[in-house]
Amino acid sequence: MTAIPRSPADAQGSSERPARKPGRVFRLNRVPQWFLLPALIFYIVVVLYPSVAGGVLAFTDARTLRGGDWVGFENFVTILQNEAARAALLNTLTIAVTLTIVQTTLGLLLAVALNSAIRGRNLLRTIFFAPMMLPPIITGLLWQYIYTPNGPLDSAMDFLGLGAFKASWLGDADIALWSIIGSVIWHHVGMSMVIYLAGLQGIPDELYEAAAVDGAGPMRRFWSITRPLLGQATTIATVLTMTSSLKLFDQIFVMTGGGPGVSTQTLSLIMYQEAFVYGKQGYGSAIALVLAMIVAAIVFVQMSLTRRGEQEA
Amino acid sequence: MSTMTLTVPKSEAAPRRRRMRQGYGRPLLEVVMVLVTVAYLFPLYIMLTMSFKAPVEIAESSVALPKGLFLDNYATAWSQANLGRALLNSALITSVSITLVVIIGAMAGYAIARGSRRTSTPKLMLFMLGLMIPGQLGMVPLYNLMRDVGLLQSYWSLIIFYAGSMMPMTVFLYTGFLRAQSSTYEEAARIDGAGWWRSFWHVVFPLLRPVTGTVIIVNAINIWNDFLTPLLYVSGSVNRTLPVAVFSFQGEFASEWGLIFAGMVIAAMPVLIVYFFLQRHIIHGFAGGLKG
Repeated sequence: MTAIPRSPADAQGSSERPARKPGRVFRLNRVPQWFLLPALIFYIVVVLYPSVAGGVLAFTDARTLRGGDWVGFENFVTILQNEAARAALLNTLTIAVTLTIVQTTLGLLLAVALNSAIRGRNLLRTIFFAPMMLPPIITGLLWQYIYTPNGPLDSAMDFLGLGAFKASWLGDADIALWSIIGSVIWHHVGMSMVIYLAGLQGIPDELYEAAAVDGAGPMRRFWSITRPLLGQATTIATVLTMTSSLKLFDQIFVMTGGGPGVSTQTLSLIMYQEAFVYGKQGYGSAIALVLAMIVAAIVFVQMSLTRRGEQEA
Repeated sequence: MSTMTLTVPKSEAAPRRRRMRQGYGRPLLEVVMVLVTVAYLFPLYIMLTMSFKAPVEIAESSVALPKGLFLDNYATAWSQANLGRALLNSALITSVSITLVVIIGAMAGYAIARGSRRTSTPKLMLFMLGLMIPGQLGMVPLYNLMRDVGLLQSYWSLIIFYAGSMMPMTVFLYTGFLRAQSSTYEEAARIDGAGWWRSFWHVVFPLLRPVTGTVIIVNAINIWNDFLTPLLYVSGSVNRTLPVAVFSFQGEFASEWGLIFAGMVIAAMPVLIVYFFLQRHIIHGFAGGLKG
């Protein structure tokens, strides 16, 4: 069925074409646009319309089962005045920045290591990507247990002689956020690794050989070949990590629910709580709009930086 | 661009590369990687061993190997939390959603890639917009909509949600793939008298098979693992999916970790089994899908 070869330019097809009237051929090339319709309908109903409606809702005091009155920027003022919301904003940015830096760095290191000729590299790639397959809610539960007092992590630290550094991983307001970030890195680092592996494999060996012949040392080769050619992979890895960590929900929801206090609150968490637990639909939507603005700003900055980088190159 | 991200690995990775090329750094790297891998596998070890431990064993040690295969956890989790039904729900919702997404998405990709050149890019951009909007923004209005049309607690609420929310990535993949393909086969089919639907279904759709694989893999994993949407739409009903069922354990069985872990293993196993059989395709699918 799919065995039709793709490459030959199909002599019969193109030789037959001149026999037809030009106008007819033109129409033959244009797929009727009702093919687009089903996708567009689902997309509008599920994504476009609700997003616009959510943006409008953000300026109202709507509550569940009651329409809202227009309140202007009141919800946004509330966000800035509310302690939990301010903490959520700060935590969300902390998570995104930390995860982006640490996860892409570790992903690159893993990719370089597993792109070399070490034994079992295919198995190791499989292993490091495996947690990506697991439902986030389940890795959240798993790590909640790993972090329990005298649980697996504490036992492992005792075993390694690090007992002095044991902590109340999820119970201490100063540590909980970092514990969560650690578990998310474990869960997602395989994604950054795979993006970088794809980038590394796209670099032809001849480039390195030619550079070596020209007398370029390994540092020089990494700097002048690997680094610039991984630029696109870095863009993809950082944008993807940053946008997904801004929206992080499942793991935090199950591990701490935002606590202790407000130390692990995030925008997506308080958005869920306000809109669906307390029924403040307008206020919850305002939080979602703030989140959307942050995501849009980051994507915009990343895209313009990439464009500039490409022009320089 | 992200200089901060790059400066660290640059200086560390480069010498490693030199040593490896000269051959004497490889054993060292291998030892390091073995240690890293052992640490990395530790959580998975915990997940698996915990599910086979009796409550007494769990109280004794959280890291020791189980003394035997205590299967009661699985039996209890399966029967009391109705995991069989949840497994069926997840499988049904995922497969129906994927079928819908693939057919509709491929049709849209075909229409965009082979439609008028002038409007092709704006149409694609319209869909791409959906990749940038966080789902939270539309969450409340969509929930209200589902409630108002009476779809809450039903399979359809989730199937419709996934069909719409997976569309941007799917249309993006199909359009990109088709733009890179020559259109001679479709034209030949059209000249031979095939209608638009026939040439799509019998010529174009089979040609899309490589990218359809990517679409299925990436979307199926996202749908199977999704938690928040089913929590909002179908929790508390018999139609709840696996992640929601496992999450509800936390309340129902409080800290009976053996039971919770058995449920987790049941929910994680299907994807892990598929993953270990198809890992090469899945990893390629993710990498290819992301590169576009």
